[in-house]
Amino acid sequence: MKRRAFLTSTAALAGVAATGLPAFAQDGPLKVGFIYVGPVGDMGWSYQHDQGRQAIEAEYGDKIQTKFIESVPEGPDAERALTSLALEGHKLIFATSFGFMDSVMNVAAKFPDVKFEHATGYKQSENVATYDARFYQGRAVQGLIAGRMTKSNKIGYIGSFPIPEVIQGINAAYIHAKKANPDVKMSVVWAYSWFDPAKEADAAAALIADGVDVIMQHTDSTAPQAKAQEAGDVITFGQASDMASFAPKPRVTSTIDNWAPYYIERVGAALDGTWTSQATWGGIDSGMVEIGEITDAVPAEVKQEAEALIASISSGDYHPFTGPLKKQGGEAWLAKDEVADDGTLSGMNFYVDGITAEMPK
Amino acid sequence: MITLIKRPAPSARWAWATPLLAVLATMIAGGLLFAALGTDPFEAIRAIFWDPILGPNASYFRGQLLVKAAPLILIASGLAVGFRAGIWNIGAEGQYIVGALSGAWLALHLYPAETVWLFPAMVVMGALGGLVWGLIPALLKVAFGVNEILVSLMLVYVAENLLAYMAFGPLKNPDGFGMPGSRNLQQYPSAHNPELLAGTGAHWGVVAALIAVIFTYILMHRHIAGFRIRVAGEAPRAARFAGVEPKRLVIFCLGLSGAFAGMAGLFEVAGPSGQVTDSFNAGYGFTAIIVAFLGRLHPVGVLLAGLLMALTYIGGDVAQLMLQLPPAAIQVFQGMLLFFLLGFDVLTNYRIRFGRRA
Repeated sequence: MKRRAFLTSTAALAGVAATGLPAFAQDGPLKVGFIYVGPVGDMGWSYQHDQGRQAIEAEYGDKIQTKFIESVPEGPDAERALTSLALEGHKLIFATSFGFMDSVMNVAAKFPDVKFEHATGYKQSENVATYDARFYQGRAVQGLIAGRMTKSNKIGYIGSFPIPEVIQGINAAYIHAKKANPDVKMSVVWAYSWFDPAKEADAAAALIADGVDVIMQHTDSTAPQAKAQEAGDVITFGQASDMASFAPKPRVTSTIDNWAPYYIERVGAALDGTWTSQATWGGIDSGMVEIGEITDAVPAEVKQEAEALIASISSGDYHPFTGPLKKQGGEAWLAKDEVADDGTLSGMNFYVDGITAEMPK
Repeated sequence: MITLIKRPAPSARWAWATPLLAVLATMIAGGLLFAALGTDPFEAIRAIFWDPILGPNASYFRGQLLVKAAPLILIASGLAVGFRAGIWNIGAEGQYIVGALSGAWLALHLYPAETVWLFPAMVVMGALGGLVWGLIPALLKVAFGVNEILVSLMLVYVAENLLAYMAFGPLKNPDGFGMPGSRNLQQYPSAHNPELLAGTGAHWGVVAALIAVIFTYILMHRHIAGFRIRVAGEAPRAARFAGVEPKRLVIFCLGLSGAFAGMAGLFEVAGPSGQVTDSFNAGYGFTAIIVAFLGRLHPVGVLLAGLLMALTYIGGDVAQLMLQLPPAAIQVFQGMLLFFLLGFDVLTNYRIRFGRRA
């Protein structure tokens, strides 16, 4: 399984003892290492993490020194990359893919004085912290815009893998599209890849041929954007990075993974000796999930609604998973005004009622 | 004017000299590439070829060399036997996957039972899984004359889909919060293929790779079967007169290479990798084809070629980390190695004469 997918398991959260590691004597700059699952030039997932790396360099200057290894396959190669970084004297290491999880745990056990940060994982220890973003918050905004703007009432969704992170996004998008437009139908196509321009283009073409005029993607390439542009009257949303080169249309807005604030905070904590292991699940409020500019292709009143939704999610007044909600097939899930808990969300393996697509087994 | 004159028989001296020449030429051309990228070429070459063996953290990297080389050598040993006979198993990657799945299935099925018999039984299952996957193209060739290159290659894609299905479905870790991927066999003592001596990297797969080298050496160079295999590859008609049964040879070669690849997959999934995931196969089955040819289809050559290939991987990673070279440059470097090897092969089979055509 490639990288991300998440989980701030409540159990794991409770299990993390807030033990402060003693600040170590620092001679020379703090060496901070990164491993990426893709190339830094993927313009999506790994690119955004590298933006975060550059942000800490700009913030801390010569107090730190960073190195990265890109395109690291998950499994033994990741373990070797992490070990090499630790042997090279890196004291804080960011592993930016879900699939690196067990490798991080193995290496962290061998280097107790090195701090590890693992993106989207659910295993923590004294020197392993985890972090992840509530991407579903951005999906709610996309769903609203999609529901308001579709003319064919058909929305297409290109999924990567049927894992909780992606399923949360599909559900959040559907709930808010349906709220905006009760006639909306959603089709889901699985690419079984995080980054495969050819497959993503095929998926987009198939959806467009089926009459879809809004495409959402949980894959990182701009291929679906290009297909939508070709087709003309189809709108899309930037994924992971802003994908602004396709604005103002087809890309009408985007969900940007912005790791910079978190990285700056954690490196700062490592520098002043206050770093502790923790599990972070950041959203729009913390800046980890950023909504890209909503272009003029979106009607003004829809844009206003979207901005109101962003504000209410950010302030905590509104949770995208608020009852009454049923699971697909009619089973009760959330009562009126009940809000989904993080534990259920992070293990989400069901569609909400109304989605006609079938969950892949 | 340069003229190529075919040698009556391939030159034995050149056969062994060309790999060394190829490595040297790769160093020079690769050095130019690294220089063009703004990296000190001598540092880059040192990082790739020297640091993993004798550099500051070499005690760790030497072990990793074995981890990386073992599956390559084990698979390539099997492939080389078939290639000698002119039987082209291109699908070792698929046999590797199915071997891993078979053994892991047994372990995950019996989890959490602890018994000393589990790991040996997994090895047998791994070999059987690879054997069965290798026998499919063999039987199709024997029964219907279907080309084994195509069938074995296409079965890789079938195996990859089977792997994804297993990682997302039947073998998924029930305690994994719905995430794909199996339980980690490293945390299941009876099923774990551990380091035999801490820090050496040597696990049972390394032992198996050495045994495979010795086994194929005896088979190919000390046994009548090896003679038949070589004759079948070099002179098929003569082989038939000598009483070689071609169908049996196809089944033997594909079965053997399949079983070796399956075992390699099992040692990997139970050891360094630990988990059945959809990206478990790292291309060892394909790289092993290069290793087999780089090693001249000779068991000892395969051993050395596997180590060299592993060195370019580990060293490539070191160069990436230390000098921040892009991984694509390292891959070009690895590609050069194969390119020069094939290029210099001309010297093995031909003599070069400068000057006018006589």
